[in-house]
Amino acid sequence: MNEADIRAVALETLLAIAPEVEADELRGDKPLRNQVDLDSMDWLNFLLGLHEKLKVEIPEADYAKLVTLDDVMGYLAKKLEG
Amino acid sequence: MIEFKLPSLGADMDDGTLLEWKVGVGDTVTKGQVIAVVDTAKAAVDVECWTPGTVHELVAEVGQKMPVGTVMAILSESGEKVGACGTAAVSPAAPTARRMISPAARKHAEKRGIDLDAVVGSGPNGAVTLDDVENAAAQPAPVTAPKPAATPDKSAEMRKAIAAAMARSKREIPHYYVAEEISLAKALAWLQAENLRRPMAERLLPAAVLLKAVAVALAHYPELNGFFRDGSFAPAAKINLGVAISLRQGGLIAPALLDAGARNVTQIMQGLMNLVKRTRAGSLKSSEMSEATITVTNLGDQGSQLVFGVIYPPQVALVGFGRVAERPWGDAEGGLKALPVVTATLAADHRVSDGHRGALFLRELAELLQHPEELEGLEK
Repeated sequence: MNEADIRAVALETLLAIAPEVEADELRGDKPLRNQVDLDSMDWLNFLLGLHEKLKVEIPEADYAKLVTLDDVMGYLAKKLEG
Repeated sequence: MIEFKLPSLGADMDDGTLLEWKVGVGDTVTKGQVIAVVDTAKAAVDVECWTPGTVHELVAEVGQKMPVGTVMAILSESGEKVGACGTAAVSPAAPTARRMISPAARKHAEKRGIDLDAVVGSGPNGAVTLDDVENAAAQPAPVTAPKPAATPDKSAEMRKAIAAAMARSKREIPHYYVAEEISLAKALAWLQAENLRRPMAERLLPAAVLLKAVAVALAHYPELNGFFRDGSFAPAAKINLGVAISLRQGGLIAPALLDAGARNVTQIMQGLMNLVKRTRAGSLKSSEMSEATITVTNLGDQGSQLVFGVIYPPQVALVGFGRVAERPWGDAEGGLKALPVVTATLAADHRVSDGHRGALFLRELAELLQHPEELEGLEK
């Protein structure tokens, strides 16, 4: 799975939760939750969606590392490699 | 014969439009069975039957707008002999699956005057996405007669419904407010440990612990849990927590997490996830719309420090939780630490209770949250 595939899955998961998001307008380097109105349950559902689609475990202790979309992408890429 | 009337779907819903019958003449229905889907200012609601019986006649027609209390159907009681009267056999409308339409798509379609019924959805489960609307907009308009653009503005209707209920609340209910800062250090440490050993799909959010604590504390404060109707208060037997859920397109709904007192934290979390999902998909049941006995609003980690609630009539109290934040906290030894703290508030009806009792309720809530492991075990 390459970077573009992971991005597609991440965006699809995000859009299922926040259909109003315009994917083209998302900045990968800015905190995701400043750009998209995600409450803690939305956030949990976002991570759950990634977990189900990519079979990646995301421990709660790692949440703090997942601030921007780029962070999420990098984190998933690393997990999928390992 | 039993007249089945459009039930009240909450203080801010005076009427509804029948979208669909889920039963036909001659069908046997059970208590709690969804028999119709009714659209309200806030959401489409699955209307449940309150009694078992057999459908004798469907009175209301699909598309009909009717006030609460209108006879929608005639049921015959189980065992009741239904004469072979020449009731025109009303065939149930072909059940149409409720369509999922993203709020952005809906907004865009309204702006461009596009008939959503004619748009084929390409999203999950046939959901209509913004792209679908844009594609439809790019198509040349069919030459057939244009459909009247009669789609009422949903968000304006929602605003009107909220305005009506809240104006009534402020007009009729003498609110008093009390607040309490509560350390969540123990509750969050317990959550962290629980979540570490749970699979991802079973992880808990702080909201579930807060809701459970409210339900447990309420058992000792019946004057906060119930309805004020016709000049007097009647405490409710069950604790049905109305959970304020904001909608992505704006506005909010506070459907009930039914019988929260009988659920443990894990069950409350599951119920909450399910309720939020169905609220946002527009698939709530009539009991969830009308049977909340108190409302809890949880601003979550993106909210402000505290909230002064407006009671949802005919309820008599609202519990609010602000954002959990690290704040200085003095301990018994005179030391000072930074701990995660939440400000809990109670807005309650002075016709039914006093500030002193309200304050005691919040103290009990605070105490319960210092023993989170006991909350998980408590089922009553």
